[in-house]
Amino acid sequence: MLKLEKEKLLEMHEKMVRIRKFEMKVEQLHLQGRLPGLKHLYIGEEAVAVGAISALREDDYIASTHRGHGHCIAKGGDVKKMMAELYGKKTGYCKGKGGSMHISDIKIGILGANGIVGANIPIAGGAALSAKLRGTDQVAVSFFGDGGANEGIFHEGINLASVWKLPLIFVCENNQYAISTHQPMVTAILNIGDRASSYDIPKFIVDGMDVLAVYEAANKAVTWAREGKGPTLIECKTYRFRGHYVGEGSRELTYRSREELEKWEKRCPIKRFASKLMEKNILTQSLVNQIDHRIDNEIEEAVKFAEKSPYPETQEASDDLFFEGAVR
Amino acid sequence: MRELTYAEAAVEAIQEEMEKDGSIFYMGEDIGRFGGVYGTTKGLWERFGDDRVKDTPLSEAAIIGYALGAAMTGMRPIAEIMFADLLCLAMDQIVNQVAKIRYMSGGRIKVPLVIRVPLGGLRRAAAQHSQHLESWFVHVPGLKIVAPSSPHDVKGLLKTVIREDNPVISFEHILLYKTKGEVPEEEYTLPIGKAEVKREGSDVTVVTYSLMVHRCLSAAEKLYEEGIDAEVIDLRSLSPLDMETLVNSVKKTNKVAIVHQACLRGGLGAEIGTSIVEAAFDYLDTPIKRIGGLNVPVPFSPPLEDFVVPTEERIAREIKEMLQ
Repeated sequence: MLKLEKEKLLEMHEKMVRIRKFEMKVEQLHLQGRLPGLKHLYIGEEAVAVGAISALREDDYIASTHRGHGHCIAKGGDVKKMMAELYGKKTGYCKGKGGSMHISDIKIGILGANGIVGANIPIAGGAALSAKLRGTDQVAVSFFGDGGANEGIFHEGINLASVWKLPLIFVCENNQYAISTHQPMVTAILNIGDRASSYDIPKFIVDGMDVLAVYEAANKAVTWAREGKGPTLIECKTYRFRGHYVGEGSRELTYRSREELEKWEKRCPIKRFASKLMEKNILTQSLVNQIDHRIDNEIEEAVKFAEKSPYPETQEASDDLFFEGAVR
Repeated sequence: MRELTYAEAAVEAIQEEMEKDGSIFYMGEDIGRFGGVYGTTKGLWERFGDDRVKDTPLSEAAIIGYALGAAMTGMRPIAEIMFADLLCLAMDQIVNQVAKIRYMSGGRIKVPLVIRVPLGGLRRAAAQHSQHLESWFVHVPGLKIVAPSSPHDVKGLLKTVIREDNPVISFEHILLYKTKGEVPEEEYTLPIGKAEVKREGSDVTVVTYSLMVHRCLSAAEKLYEEGIDAEVIDLRSLSPLDMETLVNSVKKTNKVAIVHQACLRGGLGAEIGTSIVEAAFDYLDTPIKRIGGLNVPVPFSPPLEDFVVPTEERIAREIKEMLQ
């Protein structure tokens, strides 16, 4: 195990649990018909967001995807404001104007989830360029999936970052399915990380179900970036334990087997990490229970806050389009 | 007063603003040492260097996306896309990202971003280097659009849009870059959303923008010789539209012709015309006339290209016909 402070390891465990419990609650609320819109759950992939973001500072940037709740929580997002946004309430992160796929918190470097696959890549690039031009040592992380890696913008975005040696870390969360389409069906290469050689940048191909493996790679990538050496590409092999979106139901078995799902579920990143921490006596069962209990309460509070909160007034639909508020 | 070309006036605006504000930088294709294919940035690289005048790969989506990410995090980028036609390669970043980020964030993110776009061709460049695609972008909430028609206006408007805290597209007609006009030495700016009456007249209001301003003014002189006194309005900003100036003119002339180079179907003339009908129906004596490009891709052959785009003669003829 890496030479990490006990507190840091516990924080990583806690963040993964917070993501898992948040997402389980979202799934439940959605299936109960209490949440409007589409929800893409991060269940199963927690080690990627937490591992990568644990290597960052608060003033570093992340740009996230349609499956973005995990990144937001890992970067320190407020679950109350997140939940309120998922309900479309005025107290949400985006005053109800964004929803699940567009949560941002610019104050803590969350440039936003994004509904268009691959589209955050150049936006993260711009944040990295900005950091370099402003002379800070901030870095930016772009998260995308195996699907996003097949968008043209992947090429444009990484090439430019490499040419300009920007402090940027590309994190490919390869969960192996773009909705229903299995990666080998549509991708000419098995390891997306291998594409790094086309851009003359370092690559890391890691077990995305192992939070420390992701952290270790991210940490090296962040150091590389802060030293002005440029971007890196980290591919995390991972798996989503749920369908592409809540409500996919049994259709997920049209493209993957129950056996495959169960095989991956056995590699649950939270259980694996918890037992590692227990072996080292960093975590105990009673501490696990304590953390679970505290986070359950946090999530319940978030739901209460969201449900109590008002919807935006309809006249607010015209606000926030331009700076200074007015639609001109 | 001294005269500058349109390209020189634009560069002067950018240079003055870049000197005042270190967060402004410029990125695009061939805009560094080469100075821009149309001289859009001539001299800027020599003055500001690689950090602030950045040549990019041929990656239009990345140009806009990088500019957006920089704008969201404290910089004030100016991104150039070499031809309006190439905006097609950056549509996701412009339409889904640039225009929507602020709104989707509930107003918590600022996007001070200028996108400069040479457009319009008419240089025998054929269908993929000659388009007027402005109506697509006017249709997208969250963008402001200007289309300056003279050296004076491009300097004043560019200074304003560079200072603006919202995304703005500046459409600049390629044939205008070499045209000359008076540009004051002293500091001035022009507001977004304000049209200019270029020629006063009492018989018909001619609403236009960009290169067509000049063709309409020539057509108006021709019509005047034939006893028709046309008022020519240069919109200068396509979004938002200056409806006040348009309505005031319509109240006086009671007749409207709208002229643009873009092909007619789905063009900005439809929006302008309908807006005038909604705002000033009672003042209209005749149906509104739209004069625009034919509904075909821009052809290469000189006589064909000249035929599909409104000329001074065609503008004069069609206005005369509508008044008969």
